[in-house]
Amino acid sequence: MISITTALDWNWDTTWDVLPTLLSTFLKVTLLVTVLSTLIAALLGLVIAMTLRLAPKPIAVTVKWIANFIRMTPIVVQLLFAYYAFLSLDGITIGILIFGIHYSTYMSEVYRAGIDAVPQGQWEATTALSMSTRRTWTAVIIPQALRATIPALGNYAVSMFKDTPFLLVIGVVEMVNAGLIFGGNTYRYIEPLTLVGIIFLLASYPTSLLIGRLEKRLAFNT
Amino acid sequence: MIEFRDIEKSYGDHLVLHELNFSVAKGDRVTLIGPSGSGKTTILRLVMTLEEATDGYIFIDGQPLTHEERGGKRVARSKKDQKDIRKRIGMVFQQFNLFPNMSVLENIIEAPVHVLGQSKAEATTRAMELLEKVGLADKAEQHPTSLSGGQQQRVAIARALALDPEILLLDEVTSALDPEIVGEVLGILRNIAETTDITMLIVTHEMQFARDVSNRVLMFDGGKIVEEAPPSVMFSDPKHQRTKDFLHAVLGDAEGTIGTH
Ligand SMILES: Nc1ncnc2c1ncn2[C@@H]1O[C@H](COP(=O)(O)OP(=O)(O)OP(=O)(O)O)[C@@H](O)[C@H]1O
Ligand SMILES: [Mg+2]
Repeated sequence: MISITTALDWNWDTTWDVLPTLLSTFLKVTLLVTVLSTLIAALLGLVIAMTLRLAPKPIAVTVKWIANFIRMTPIVVQLLFAYYAFLSLDGITIGILIFGIHYSTYMSEVYRAGIDAVPQGQWEATTALSMSTRRTWTAVIIPQALRATIPALGNYAVSMFKDTPFLLVIGVVEMVNAGLIFGGNTYRYIEPLTLVGIIFLLASYPTSLLIGRLEKRLAFNT
Repeated sequence: MIEFRDIEKSYGDHLVLHELNFSVAKGDRVTLIGPSGSGKTTILRLVMTLEEATDGYIFIDGQPLTHEERGGKRVARSKKDQKDIRKRIGMVFQQFNLFPNMSVLENIIEAPVHVLGQSKAEATTRAMELLEKVGLADKAEQHPTSLSGGQQQRVAIARALALDPEILLLDEVTSALDPEIVGEVLGILRNIAETTDITMLIVTHEMQFARDVSNRVLMFDGGKIVEEAPPSVMFSDPKHQRTKDFLHAVLGDAEGTIGTH
């Protein structure tokens, strides 16, 4: 007996069966990895950008080379490499670190552009006021550079969100794969995949609100 | 107070200043005039350490600013030594250069708090006095971007004064302003000139202002001082043809002179 499952025969029992698994993998893996990796990418990206600018030449060149290398190799390869290189770390930790590091190399470029966009006159004013290098960066340059980086940070967070299924290669089952596994076991794909889409959508909306609020807070004339 | 000794400045192989020697006494108000490209801005930027001379020495109160002679060689001074002297010098820019991410008050107290180590309360009291002086006490909490050009420049003046500089550098501070608000900024500078003994180095095209506040005028051309005189002489009886031509072009009247008012 062959039955063809179509979108038209939506099964609510299946829906309630799969929803808890999807929600828990969403919270425990997808969201956790995205949030922590975004934080790492935001901070490490800034560190890389400042190292490229302030560190002695040999260090700056080395960091730049490493960053380019990381940016130009696929994240899946990096996940696998880290997984076999650091056997003592669990998959989630590796996922968070690799996503964070990988995207930090993109973020560093965004910061670099933001720093370059600060007008020369701002630097000159910090000199004329005898401000320390530290205050120059923390009070003037970084706040002005950050303003331009928030939208990009939001975009990369969304990219990471969508990259999380790659975690499967190191044995971490996040929401999408949890849905597929459920489908494989029950031959019902429509309900899990629809729910996955809805959850992504519902999660993106607050994220965009958050980014919008951050942008507002960093705007100058408030 | 300021001494230029054999200063040379070039950008690449473009020689801007050559064997420049002059000094400014404490409390002097010196106006630099001269055609575009004659090196006036470069001189101010050298004093503010925004540029480094390619040769020669600048002394502030007898102390070398960026370079000193040691064992017959010209060597750079330590960053810390440079900074200690730089603290005594303030500058107001043509484009204001206020920090847009800070409020007006934060702009003014930044250096007093973080450079001079004043308490926030102390710096704020002083900042409010300065804002009062430039007529903007009610704008303390606003952001610079919400102010007019003239108001921004008045804040920039207050910010420079907050460090209690002994030397104030003013580079065409009214050139970016609409003609009708030039007066309010010049009025404030006149007041500062009258009520303080700050040494001032002024680049301006406002000849009446130069005449009123300065006690010396230096006419530059091609990186050299062509003529030097008190304003009363410089503006009514210049000696050199270059100066006459320049004043004539700037003032646009047949005599090339301005009267006292
Ligand atoms: N960063 C720079 N790189 C190359 N050349 C420069 C630079 N800054 C200034 N110059 C050159 O140095 C010369 C002197 O410039 P400066 O700005 O000091 O003139 P100025 O007297 O202030 O002129 P203006 O009245 O137009 O402001 C000019 O020929 C200018 O082109
Ligand atoms: Mg100039």
